[in-house]
Amino acid sequence: MTKQKLVIIGNGMAPGRMLEHLFDLAPDAFDVTIFNAEPRVNYDRIMLSPVLSGEKSFDDIVIHDDAWYAARNIALHKGHKVVAIDRDARTVTSAGGITAAYDKLVVATGSNPFIIPVPGHTLPGVLAYRDLDDVEGMTRAAAAGGRAVVIGGGLLGLEAAAGLKAQGMDVTVLHLMPTLMERQLDPAAGYLLQKELESRGIEVICGANTKAIHGQEKVEQVELEDGTLIDASLVVMAVGIRPNTQLARDAGLEVQRGIVTDSAMRTSDPDIFSVGECVEVDCRVYGLVAPLYQMAKVAATHLAGASDAAFAHAETPTKLKVTGVNLYSVGEFGDGPGFEDIVLRDANRGTYKRIILKNNKVIGTVLYGDVADGTWYNEFLKSGEDVSALRDTLIFGQARQGTGAADPLAAIANLSDDAEICGCNGICKGTIVNAIRDKGLSTLAEVRAHTKASASCGTCTGLVEGVMALTLGDQFAKKAEGMCGCTDLGHGDVRRLIVAKGLKSIPAVMQELEWKTSGGCAKCRPALNYYLLSDWPGEYRDDQQSRFINERVHANIQKDGTYSVVPRMWGGMTSSDELRAIANVVDKFNIPDVKVTGGQRIDLLGVRKEDLPAVWEDLNKAGMVSGHAYAKGLRTVKTCVGSTWCRFGTQDSTGLGIKLEKFLWGSWTPAKVKLAVTGCPRNCAEATCKDIGVICVDSGYQIVYGGAAGLHIQGTTELGTVKTEEEVIEIAGAVTQMYREQGFYLERIYKWAERVGYDTVKAAILDDLDSRRAYYERFVHSQKFSQSDPWSERVSGVDKHEFKPLAVFGDAPATATTVTEPAE
Amino acid sequence: MNAISRDTAIDWRHVGTIDDIPAQGARCVTNGAMTIAVFRTADDRVFALEDKCPHRNGPLSQGIVHDGCVTCPLHNWVISLETGAAQGADEGRTASFPIRLDGRDIYLNLTA
Ligand SMILES: Cc1cc2nc3c(=O)[nH]c(=O)nc-3n(C[C@H](O)[C@H](O)[C@H](O)COP(=O)(O)OP(=O)(O)OC[C@H]3O[C@@H](n4cnc5c(N)ncnc54)[C@H](O)[C@@H]3O)c2cc1C
Repeated sequence: MTKQKLVIIGNGMAPGRMLEHLFDLAPDAFDVTIFNAEPRVNYDRIMLSPVLSGEKSFDDIVIHDDAWYAARNIALHKGHKVVAIDRDARTVTSAGGITAAYDKLVVATGSNPFIIPVPGHTLPGVLAYRDLDDVEGMTRAAAAGGRAVVIGGGLLGLEAAAGLKAQGMDVTVLHLMPTLMERQLDPAAGYLLQKELESRGIEVICGANTKAIHGQEKVEQVELEDGTLIDASLVVMAVGIRPNTQLARDAGLEVQRGIVTDSAMRTSDPDIFSVGECVEVDCRVYGLVAPLYQMAKVAATHLAGASDAAFAHAETPTKLKVTGVNLYSVGEFGDGPGFEDIVLRDANRGTYKRIILKNNKVIGTVLYGDVADGTWYNEFLKSGEDVSALRDTLIFGQARQGTGAADPLAAIANLSDDAEICGCNGICKGTIVNAIRDKGLSTLAEVRAHTKASASCGTCTGLVEGVMALTLGDQFAKKAEGMCGCTDLGHGDVRRLIVAKGLKSIPAVMQELEWKTSGGCAKCRPALNYYLLSDWPGEYRDDQQSRFINERVHANIQKDGTYSVVPRMWGGMTSSDELRAIANVVDKFNIPDVKVTGGQRIDLLGVRKEDLPAVWEDLNKAGMVSGHAYAKGLRTVKTCVGSTWCRFGTQDSTGLGIKLEKFLWGSWTPAKVKLAVTGCPRNCAEATCKDIGVICVDSGYQIVYGGAAGLHIQGTTELGTVKTEEEVIEIAGAVTQMYREQGFYLERIYKWAERVGYDTVKAAILDDLDSRRAYYERFVHSQKFSQSDPWSERVSGVDKHEFKPLAVFGDAPATATTVTEPAE
Repeated sequence: MNAISRDTAIDWRHVGTIDDIPAQGARCVTNGAMTIAVFRTADDRVFALEDKCPHRNGPLSQGIVHDGCVTCPLHNWVISLETGAAQGADEGRTASFPIRLDGRDIYLNLTA
């Protein structure tokens, strides 16, 4: 049987979902051709806001990648806009001149953002908010700084405002109506929302009528009807959408507000279907994905064969995807004849709940702050159940019904099988439960892949996990991906969000990323302290109390509570003066043990904490500084004697080692960093098991990295060979900086390189000179703030409290400092 | 001279002020051979424990203070500041001492 030809115009979320159903139902029925005006694959448009705010990347929101189309033999014409449908010839033609014949056609042209035609609306710097190009335009504008004026205080406008604020712009929202999101929220909830946005530094002006946009070559100011002038370097118009119907109208299809279809999604031409925001069905047009996905399913069913599937209207709940803002609204919320309200407010917590009843049935709800019961109320709304018996306690939520304690799982257990869990994708509890049982799913990722539940906007993730916990019982161990028990976010997410949201203190990170504990723990605090130090050099103030004791007192704690002290010996070189000073210190403070370390220096073991500053003072006087033997930072640069003495030496490995150590010392890194420079390939300095190693050869310097010789033994990987010492130093700085910016706390260089890929590191550090230079310069900048000797700082009084008891009662044990000076 | 008159039966000793201890930090008080760690939390509460982890005698005063606990610097045992008890799966208890805050002054009861 020859396949029929299916042509689709538009490659948005609706037809993408339709194809998934179609390939499930009838994988071999059609040869599919898609034209898409946007030059890209199908992506999750509703997640553009997290891309704008920097919380996600474009790759994270792709729904179907190129491989998906290839596997199904779909011809996808990216960047090809269809300009004509010839219904007699049964062909469509693109602006680029491609013509395709169809047996069945689907029009899925979505909608166009509405631009208010005020004077100046065509100036550069005026953007809509609809696709990735708009997001990229906004990101570029944000990089230049200044103020963004967002016209429109609805869902899109507020998400744009929050995203632009996250990108560091000043933001003003202009809204024509007296309260925000008036189509989804009542004034009380609108007020709470406005207060919340204002507390985040977003300026909100309601009742603002835009009169004109001014500017010479680009946007400079926005003028309101009342004469107010607002400076603006960017204007985003988010005032509504219009179904994109021109093409269908030109082809003679019936069009009202949208392209008119019957409940089978057929247009006035039986071979032409339409799905998505461009559709008008039963006198309604839609702007949220849930109903569009229903259209997609209905259309796919009819394309696959005879069917009585029909589209039916349902209310879609609204949520705002701004991190930390919780609101939920569905159904009616105005005043009307016979409407009754139940309201609960908690000013302290800033929450507001309202249920709207008519004839003892729930017809709508507006929740702000505490949205946990949204799904439950929506179930009553959909079922039309009489709630008289529950009336008195309804507003307190499901957990407070009957005797049930506030157990979130109990609430989910009480949901009926056809209760909707995922609003975006219209997935009910029963569907998830069946998929888990039938397909043996056990992880959230699997459930998302098989059912699509929580795969779009993600706000129902908690509910989906609840359903999994109920279905799988003990087998469901929620995968602890978080960096510790205080957060579900992993190290990578936390690092990205610190930069994206410009978080510059530990409390800011914990607040904005919703830490589950009030003050973190001994796992996350040192990690956050490092991330902030590394991301905001010179700006972030090191939090001593979030450091392990070794880094707080700049010595290594030993099992008896005493400390070991290791002065730096640059490149492993020392002198009689240094050795004499060390000997004197050992005698003066009765230091029990002296040992030569593997890193070519000397360790003084068993120093009492109270003696540390005095020990350091004496070592400082002899010109020695801290060796950072305790640090997640640069430890040692081991060297051999090289060409200065050795008959095989090819270069001055000792000299280069000293230069490297003087350049790199003091820098904090995710885990310890050890280097070695060896004078010839015989490798006496053991460069091939170091974090970074340099092997001198006749023609220059071979640079290797990612070695380990601890619990795990691993040889290094080659980064490349260069001719000069300057290049070695630049590359060592650059690769250290890349590791500093990307490494997870306590992750050694080899682990990091394995994770991000040795090729990626090589491309960024060796091959791409601009990128190498940029990393190097960021390292040099950060070193400005880290190269001061912590010992001498403490000798001159920093952190004095660390080394002295608070109070002494009874006979205090004698301290070693009372020992007399040894004779010089 | 350090005792406060209204509690004459108990040996309340003035050991310093809360400002002498960094928030989320600790300082030590020596009483003869014993060392007592005095902790200050992020929300300015103070606690006193013997400076000895029940596990291997690690100096708790040197640990990271978080959420009403301190993590021992030697092997990461987590000890409750209030009770001195090891948290989680670990078992053991460190002696704790009554302590009280009067304005910003800290008084430690050494009779216990
Ligand atoms: C920032 C943002 C946030 C949103 N948040 C939510 C949310 O939280 N919840 C929710 O339910 N909904 C949300 N929405 C709405 C949701 O994204 C849309 O309802 C949905 O994407 C519409 O899908 P569609 O397939 O109808 O159209 P679209 O996804 O708009 O796709 C239409 C495609 O057709 C192409 N096209 C148009 N004309 C032609 C032509 N002549 N030839 C070829 N190609 C053409 C267009 O370039 C476009 O790529 C959001 C939308 C935006 C922009």
